[in-house]
Amino acid sequence: MDHSKKDSNTKRLIRVSRRNVIKGLGAASALTASGLVPGAMRYAQAQSSAPIKIGFQAHLTGIGAAYGRWYQRTTLAAVKLINDTGGIGGRPIELVTEDDGTDPKRGAEVVEKFATEHKVDFVFGTLFSHVVVGSAPTAGQLKMPYFVVSEGYHVASGKLNRYVFQPGITDVRSQVISMAPWVAGNLGKKVAMIFPDYAFGHDHRDFFTKAIAAQGGEAIKHIPVPATETSYTRYFAQIPAETEVIYHVMVGPGVLTFVKEMGEHFGSKRPQIFGFIDSLEAVDMASPGLEFLDGTYFWEAFPRYAQKDQSAFDKFYRQAVGVNENGAAVDDPKDVSTYSHMFGCWETLYVIKAAVEQSGYRSATPKDKAALIESVEAMTDFAESNEHPQGAKKFNGQLHQVFAHQSISKVEGGRLNVVHRTAIEDGMYEPEADYRTQSL
Amino acid sequence: MSFGPHLLLALLEGTVTAFVLALTALGLSLVFGVMRIVNVAHGEFFMLGAVLAWAFSSLVPGMPALGFLLALVGSALVVGTVAIAADRLILRRLNYAPEATIVATIGLLYIIQQVVLTVYGPNAHPVVPPINFRVVFPWFGYSGYKLVVIGASAALLGATWYTLTRTRLGLIMRATQFDRETAQSFGIPVDRVYSAVFALGAMLAAVAGVLIVPIQQAHYLMGLDPLLLSFIVVILGGLGNLRGTVMAAFVIGLSDGVISVFFSATLAKIIATLFVALVLVVRREGLFGEKAR
Repeated sequence: MDHSKKDSNTKRLIRVSRRNVIKGLGAASALTASGLVPGAMRYAQAQSSAPIKIGFQAHLTGIGAAYGRWYQRTTLAAVKLINDTGGIGGRPIELVTEDDGTDPKRGAEVVEKFATEHKVDFVFGTLFSHVVVGSAPTAGQLKMPYFVVSEGYHVASGKLNRYVFQPGITDVRSQVISMAPWVAGNLGKKVAMIFPDYAFGHDHRDFFTKAIAAQGGEAIKHIPVPATETSYTRYFAQIPAETEVIYHVMVGPGVLTFVKEMGEHFGSKRPQIFGFIDSLEAVDMASPGLEFLDGTYFWEAFPRYAQKDQSAFDKFYRQAVGVNENGAAVDDPKDVSTYSHMFGCWETLYVIKAAVEQSGYRSATPKDKAALIESVEAMTDFAESNEHPQGAKKFNGQLHQVFAHQSISKVEGGRLNVVHRTAIEDGMYEPEADYRTQSL
Repeated sequence: MSFGPHLLLALLEGTVTAFVLALTALGLSLVFGVMRIVNVAHGEFFMLGAVLAWAFSSLVPGMPALGFLLALVGSALVVGTVAIAADRLILRRLNYAPEATIVATIGLLYIIQQVVLTVYGPNAHPVVPPINFRVVFPWFGYSGYKLVVIGASAALLGATWYTLTRTRLGLIMRATQFDRETAQSFGIPVDRVYSAVFALGAMLAAVAGVLIVPIQQAHYLMGLDPLLLSFIVVILGGLGNLRGTVMAAFVIGLSDGVISVFFSATLAKIIATLFVALVLVVRREGLFGEKAR
C-alpha cells in the first residue's frame, strides 16, 4: 500500500525538479517510517476483521518439551476450530508462538518480546510453575493480560498480579484437597510423599499434608527430589516400612525412569500407590518396566483412556486435536499425550474468546484491556460443552482461578479406568486473596 | 528399612555412580593430561553417546542386546570421529592455547547441544536395556542391568589402563604428556597423538553415556551433570593424573551414594563441592596429585 503511494508521489514530483524529487522522497519515506499510513489503514481494518493476536508462550524445548509439544497441538487445533467457525467476534486469531525453553528468565523475555515486538493482544499457554512465576511480573509491568495453563497454586495464592489468570485448569491445592478423603478412605492413612523439590512439589507437600491430617491420616515422610534428578532408587530407601500409601508426583524427562525404578525397588511387595498422572504424562503405559503399576491409582484431570461413559464433548475434542481412544496421537500410537493438562489450552482459548466478545474488546488500549479483565473476573460458571470438554467448571474472579471435577483412575491391564469422580465443591477452599482490589 | 540393607543399597548405588563417573572423568583427565586443555564440551560427548545409542538401538527394534552392542561400538566410533574433526578444525588452529580452547569448547558444547536439539528433538527417549532382570534381595529389589553397568565399566577401565601402560600407543601418549617437545624431536607425530587422545577422551565419555542410557533415557540436556561431576573428580584426583582420577571417582561416587541415600542428594553435591574447594585451598595439586614439576 505505502509502496504504491511512494511511487505515485515520486512520479508526480519527477517532472518538477531534482531537488523536489529528493524532498518528496524524503517526505514519503518519513510518512512510511512514522507508520502513519499503514497505522491508519490498520485502525480502519480493526473494526472489521483485523486478527486478534495471541502470543503463545510454549515450552518447546527444555524439561517441559513433552508438555509443550502437546500444548501446541491442542492450541493449534482450538485456534483452527475458532477461526473456521467465525473467529472471535468475527476476527480471526493470529497465533504467535515463542519457545521459552522451560526457563523462567527466557519466559520473562518472551513476554516482553510479545508485548514490544509482536504487539500481541494477550499472552497465553505457560505451564511450568517456575516459568509462570518468572514471567508474571513482566506481564504485570507491561499490563499484558496473561492466561496461564499451569495448575500451580501461585495464581490463586494472590502472589502474582491482576493481569494473570488461570481459567482453564484447576490449581494443585484444589486437586490435592479433593483427593485426600478418597485416599484416606480407600488406600490408607500413613502416607509417604515423593515430590519435586520446587514450588509445584512444595504445593503438593503442604496442601496434601494438611488435607490428609484433616482426614485423620498422617504424612509420615516427605521425600523431595531435585528437579534435575535422573536416578531415583536412592529415594525409595527413605520410605518407612510402616507406610500404607506412597504418594508420588514427578515431572520432567525422568518420569519413566522414576516409575520403572520404583517397580524394581518394590516388586510385588509394595504398599498402596497413589500418584499424580504428571508422573506418567506423555509416557506409554505399555513401556517396559511399568507392569508393576497394575493395581495402583492415579489422579487425572481428564481421563486419558476414553471411558465407557465418554461424553460427546470428549469425543469431539479428541477428534479435533488428533488423539485416539488411548490418549495417543492418531497418527502415532506411541506418541502419548499430556491429556490431563493440555485441555486447559483449549478451554482457556474459549474463555479468551468469550471475554473479548463480552467486553467489546477492540485493541490493546488500557481501556479495552481493563474491560476485558473485568469481564473475565465477572465470569462464574462454564457449562460442560465442546468449549469446555473436560467438564463443568466454577470460576472465582476474586482468585482468577477455575475449579473443576477431578478423577481417580486405577491401572488395570495397562490402561487407566476411572473409579471415582469428585464434585467441584470437593476442591473448593477459603480464598486467601482478592486481585480485584489491585488497580489496573 | 534397617541400617544394613539401607547401607547395601547405598553402596550399590554409589558403585554404579563411581564406575560411570570414573569412565567419564578419565576421558577429561586424559585430554587435560596430554593436551593441557580443559574440554568444557566433554559432557556433550557423553550426551551424544547416549542419544546415538538410542538411534542405533532403534535400527534393530525388538533385539535389545544386539542394538546395545551396535550402540556401544557405533556411538564410540561416531563420537570419536566428531572429536577428531573438532580437534583438526578448531583446537589445532588455536594452537591449543589454554584460554582460547576453553572458550572454543564452550562454543562446541552449544553447537553439539543445539544440533542434537534440532535433529533429535527436545524429548527424552528410553532405550531398552540389553538384559532386563531384577535382583531380589530380602529387603528390596535392584535393577540387574545396573550390575551389568558396573561390570562393563570395570572392563573398559581395565582396557584403558592396559592401553596406556602396556602398549606402544600408550607409551607414545605418555611420552607426549611428559614432554611434548622432546617427544616431537624423537619423531613422535604429536599432532596425530593429540587427535587420538582427544578422540579417546570423547569416546570414553560416549561409552559411559551408552551404558547409562537404559537407566536414564536419552535427553539433549543430560550432559551437564556428568561434566560438573567430572570436573570435581579431576580436580580432586589431581589434574591429568589418571590413577588419581579413578580413585577420586570412587571417593565421590561412593560418598554421593551413601550421603544421598541416608540424607539427601543435594547435601551430597554440597559436600562434594565444598570438599573440592577445601582440597584446592589445602592441597592444590589434588588429593592424589604430585607436586608440580
